[in-house]
Amino acid sequence: MTAPTTVAAPRSRNRGSGSARRVRGALLGLIVPSLLLGAWQLSSVTGTFSAVQLPPPGAVAAAGAELLERGELGVHLGISTQRVLLGFAAGAALGLTAGAVLGLSRTADALLGPTIGAVRAVPSLAWVPLLILWIGINEDSKVTLILIGAFFPVFTTVSLALRHVDRNLVEAGRAFGLTGFRLLTTVQLPAIIPAVFSGLRLALAQSWLFLVAAELIAASMGLGWLLSDSQNNGRVDRIFLAIVLLALLGKTTDALLGLAQRWAVRRWA
Amino acid sequence: MTAVLASSTPTDPRRRPPLEVSFSRLGRSFGTSSDRRVVLRDVTVDIRPGEVLAILGTSGCGKSTLLRAAAGLDTPDAGSVLIDGTEVRGIDERCAVAFQEPRLLPWHTLQANVAIGLPKSSSASAGKAKVAELLKLVGLDRFAKHRPREVSGGMAQRASLARALARTPGVLLLDEPFGALDALTRLKMQDLLLEIHAAQPTTVLLVTHDVDEALQLADRILVLGSSGDGPGSTVKDLIPVPGARPRDRSSRELAELRRHLLTLLGVAAH
Repeated sequence: MTAPTTVAAPRSRNRGSGSARRVRGALLGLIVPSLLLGAWQLSSVTGTFSAVQLPPPGAVAAAGAELLERGELGVHLGISTQRVLLGFAAGAALGLTAGAVLGLSRTADALLGPTIGAVRAVPSLAWVPLLILWIGINEDSKVTLILIGAFFPVFTTVSLALRHVDRNLVEAGRAFGLTGFRLLTTVQLPAIIPAVFSGLRLALAQSWLFLVAAELIAASMGLGWLLSDSQNNGRVDRIFLAIVLLALLGKTTDALLGLAQRWAVRRWA
Repeated sequence: MTAVLASSTPTDPRRRPPLEVSFSRLGRSFGTSSDRRVVLRDVTVDIRPGEVLAILGTSGCGKSTLLRAAAGLDTPDAGSVLIDGTEVRGIDERCAVAFQEPRLLPWHTLQANVAIGLPKSSSASAGKAKVAELLKLVGLDRFAKHRPREVSGGMAQRASLARALARTPGVLLLDEPFGALDALTRLKMQDLLLEIHAAQPTTVLLVTHDVDEALQLADRILVLGSSGDGPGSTVKDLIPVPGARPRDRSSRELAELRRHLLTLLGVAAH
């Protein structure tokens, strides 16, 4: 910790232009997607690709509208989001717990570290046959697969960050009688909040990845199922629809988590 | 002992009285058996309840190690530390430490940081009142809601002192608490420490490398350093400082003592 010398927080100086800068940043970020959309539309108009290879944006939107009208799109979106959120929440909670235990205890790290490392090395899809065999083709097996995907980023970042918490702060906490769980929640966990959120955002991205893996293989609804079903029926417009929706959902959930991160970093750092 | 200390009566009935500290043949080495470095050897000294003892020595002589042994942050490998007659084992409830750096939690307000020092047994309302009282005592009542990074180094160090005092310690352990401050702030902090000691009498162990600070604050000065033919540091001298506090920084008596101390520390006094 460096000795602070200024009385005013330097951050407050820029607050006035902060929101304007954010709007400008958001607009800048929209340029490339707009260009891509324009190029997409242009290529379908000029006939560079056939409509089967690359359906025009309008066709994809129409496919979406049709599914929405039939009430199917809402179901797919709802169930996929639900699976991701459940798996992500459970995986993140377990990752945080295991990361705290292994990050704080050398013994636990020596005992469990190699095993967890080996499990982490197993490619995600290798779990699918086992999960289907043990749990069956149902919600639980899909959420479990997503849980596995969300667990490791949180676990890894938390356990590593806890080793590097400012030793002086930890010692000060100990000197004032804080031990174990109270030391963790008072000193160590707040100190690694930025790292926790990095892990959570990685975990959320992994969750969407594992969702599609789970739904591609064994599902009767959800965006992953929509992908595989559309592949079987040759509905390229719906494949595009699913991909665009996955991109939008993934980006939206990540942005929400990013907002929470910004708040938390301001609160705890 | 100063007159003001003797006349002040504790206002808080739960306040711990000043406690006696005894180091008894204390030794501490670091490193593995093949590469062992003795830091402290055979340190024996008794500190009276309410006394301010300055621990003076060159850099790396084991001053902080001695203090950490009293706090229970470090375990000596020979001898023992007794506080009020019972041996220190692990973090000791009766002690409170202020470090060279403020070591405040950056995500808490000064108020919340001071509250971390409160003993576990204290009730919420009593704790709140105590924190407010301490912040006032160290002159930070207007900055209670500020974060550590929003205040100066001297103010952060005062908050750190208040956090230590929140423990109502029988023994206050100060590890070069003013070492990182500028000269002017340091003098002010020394006066503040004397005020606090008068208001809330407690035994104080003050590690410092500043001879003048020791002369200004201490009842006795313990000089640590190598002595005889053994390795590591031990008690080189234990000198009572004459005169009641606050002392005249330019008095003749202190000048002679300063020369003696500097010679002990291996510095030419010119």
